[in-house]
Amino acid sequence: MATLGLTCVHLCAGLMGRRAASSLRSLRCVSGMTVSQIDEEVAKLLELKAQLGGDDGKQTFVLKTAKGTRDYNPKQMAIREKVFNTIVSCFKRHGAETIDTPVFELKETLTGKYGEDSKLIYDLKDQGGELLSLRYDLTVPFARYLAMNKITNIKRYHIAKVYRRDNPAMTRGRYREFYQCDFDIAGQYDPMIPDAECLKIVYEILSELDLGDFHIKVNDRRILDGMFAVCGVPDEKFRTICSTVDKLDKMLWEDVKNEMVKEKGLTEEAADQIGEYVSMQGGMDLAERLLHDPKLSQSKQACAGLTDMKQLFSYLQLFQITDKVVFDLSLARGLDYYTGVIYEAVLCQTLQAPTPAPAEQNGAVSGEEGGVSVGSVAGKCPAWGRKQSCQQRRCAPQKLKFWWPQHRRTFWKRDSG
Amino acid sequence: MTVSQIDEEVAKLLELKAQLGGDDGKQTFVLKTAKGTRDYNPKQMAIREKVFNTIVSCFKRHGAETIDTPVFELKETLTGKYGEDSKLIYDLKDQGGELLSLRYDLTVPFARYLAMNKITNIKRYHIAKVYRRDNPAMTRGRYREFYQCDFDIAGQYDPMIPDAECLKIVYEILSELDLGDFHIKVNDRRILDGMFAVCGVPDEKFRTICSTVDKLDKMLWEDVKNEMVKEKGLTEEAADQIGEYVSMQGGMDLAERLLHDPKLSQSKQACAGLTDMKQLFSYLQLFQITDKVVFDLSLARGLDYYTGVIYEAVLCQTLQAPTPAPAEQNGAVSGEEGGVSVGSVAGGGRYDGLVGMFDPKGRKVPCVGVSIGIERIFSIMEQKAELSAEKVRTTETQVLVASAQKNLLEERLRLTAELWNAGIKAELLYKKNPKLLTQLQHCEETGIPLVAILGEQELKDGVVKVRNVATREEVRKASQKRGWGNVCSAVEKIL
Repeated sequence: MATLGLTCVHLCAGLMGRRAASSLRSLRCVSGMTVSQIDEEVAKLLELKAQLGGDDGKQTFVLKTAKGTRDYNPKQMAIREKVFNTIVSCFKRHGAETIDTPVFELKETLTGKYGEDSKLIYDLKDQGGELLSLRYDLTVPFARYLAMNKITNIKRYHIAKVYRRDNPAMTRGRYREFYQCDFDIAGQYDPMIPDAECLKIVYEILSELDLGDFHIKVNDRRILDGMFAVCGVPDEKFRTICSTVDKLDKMLWEDVKNEMVKEKGLTEEAADQIGEYVSMQGGMDLAERLLHDPKLSQSKQACAGLTDMKQLFSYLQLFQITDKVVFDLSLARGLDYYTGVIYEAVLCQTLQAPTPAPAEQNGAVSGEEGGVSVGSVAGKCPAWGRKQSCQQRRCAPQKLKFWWPQHRRTFWKRDSG
Repeated sequence: MTVSQIDEEVAKLLELKAQLGGDDGKQTFVLKTAKGTRDYNPKQMAIREKVFNTIVSCFKRHGAETIDTPVFELKETLTGKYGEDSKLIYDLKDQGGELLSLRYDLTVPFARYLAMNKITNIKRYHIAKVYRRDNPAMTRGRYREFYQCDFDIAGQYDPMIPDAECLKIVYEILSELDLGDFHIKVNDRRILDGMFAVCGVPDEKFRTICSTVDKLDKMLWEDVKNEMVKEKGLTEEAADQIGEYVSMQGGMDLAERLLHDPKLSQSKQACAGLTDMKQLFSYLQLFQITDKVVFDLSLARGLDYYTGVIYEAVLCQTLQAPTPAPAEQNGAVSGEEGGVSVGSVAGGGRYDGLVGMFDPKGRKVPCVGVSIGIERIFSIMEQKAELSAEKVRTTETQVLVASAQKNLLEERLRLTAELWNAGIKAELLYKKNPKLLTQLQHCEETGIPLVAILGEQELKDGVVKVRNVATREEVRKASQKRGWGNVCSAVEKIL
């Protein structure tokens, strides 16, 4: 009898499967599916999966962590604690406070904030209550916290894990659960003073962590936009040209120029002009020189950015950190949200990394090839002023993100000889 | 279709959906946390940090290491471990991959970790948040996301030594946290089981009688007896006999006495438990903590997986609680009524069978541990902070670098940088020309004790005034003549 039952089940499953498969085949022919149609199909498939025995509740000995996650053993915890202590001491030295937010938010809170990356959000199962999702970063929760508590001024750090359903290329050490360490100054202040302090903090932390030599590139969205404008880049191509310029740390200029001209349709002349600018690096002197550049000075935007850049460098001098800060016109990453200064700290050292660094987590460009990793370890990330639209207030947030390359283990090994 | 084929199709469809613009694409700003969860503001974080520091110092003092595990586990890992409570587990949505659930406690992940790494001996603490889809009676301060703080000693050891150390740790932590008077009740599963047996409780009623006895801290004996007889079908005689035992409290003397009790001594189990209890108390005497430890036969909680000693720490103080303490989290019995909260703040015991459940070969790893009711402690500390006149600082800044006149930003930046370089915690306002009053107010609001005031005349004279914000006392110090570094050392001395 039992055997018969089993056969029946298989048969039915097969029939259902065929039906599902055929409906899917017809789906593939129909290109114009709506969101709700997709929801329906997904629900059907998941039901089928459950029937096939996805969830049978039997007690098995499962000795695995979920894909993309890992335990921290005591050794790793000891290292982690040391790193956190150094970083938190620095934040505290600068008068920052800290907050904590729940690991999951209402799904609505996260909806519409991450664009294409939304598909990487972990949702919680609908168990008959509110729809929830695991936090994807610490920025949106921060914005919610500020709005909920009607806070306009705060200097806060937040170190916590975030969750992304990435396809972890485990060889590239990419995780689905990983720490983010954010520092933000929110509030309306005189320009460049908080920005300078952020850079001082990055400098202090990277020095104290003893990761080897590093430098911090700074640039400004307004300078970039102004530069593109005077070089004849049409407005609608700003972003795409930006992302091409961004590749300069991985590609040679010839290839970058090629992409700009052949793929993105710039004139060779425009590309060459951009090429001249983005090869420039310097300090306050460069900002001063560019303010007198016949072309660039025509852009009001660029001038505003350059004036602020001079101001920033004067503060950095007083903070005694200009030895490692470079005004670099090729820094162009993540311009989607920026409204002003952007910066990125990069380790200079090339290391043999046994486990390659987590590439591009938190948008970090690691520029790694094979065993050599020269990675960025901190960056000015998107300003999110526009997300506070409900407050009708424009803050001038300064954001700092830290992430730790997987090869930090290597650093400690080196230290201990 | 196979499961993996389905997974593939689901993934494709979800990608298509995301391309179509996600769920509805409209940007709403929902100003709520999820039900049963809350943000920690800087004040609460400051309190939390203090509590964690005290607790972790104690763990470290006793040679414990720490681990961390992911916030979600494979659903299979958690399946079948929590009995009826399984319905309180948060599942993640099936998005075409593995089925996942948020961790419900730290014990099952611990057992998995031991089995995965084939570890037989470890002394570890783990402080992390866990998740339960409770019906938070928010008036009772019950959360769905809350901290657990576990300490466990796993391994085959000579009896009672690790158990005694656990109790010493609880004693130290509760003393250092300064929560008021407390005592720790201890009992033993084998003694309870033996007691029920000799009182004539049928085997199959052990658990249910246990949970009735457990109510003795909330109900009077008459009502407990009533439940045993009327609802659970015990004879009055049996109930009375149980009543005699569970009213007993004492120390090593009680264990000794019971070993000679004509009835109880008939149970081998009870004798084993009583012998170990005597041993435990002898160690507790050496650890000098017997003043607060009581062998209490009415302690009957959470017996599902304990196999030996059980204990529970209770605060003696009755407090007027404006916000009631989180009840019954971590299985803690709080016994609170209205504004009075007398509750348990730690609980634990020996559980020798759990890790074996995870090991494919069923290898046993005996464990003894304790869970500190940290949310309860936060709640109490927050109340204390509110009631006390002392302000809780959210920053640790030691000096504010201020200017008395305009156009002194450069000097402020210089001095602040020197202070930072010297490791001193310093701040300055992000204004080119702030008013002195504003700067002093900032100090008062945030509790910064010192202010270094830069003034035109003073700079000409080569000095910087350092003032105590609270008393307004001034101390003049040398500055640029021999470098800003002098100001730093001066500040350091004051601090």
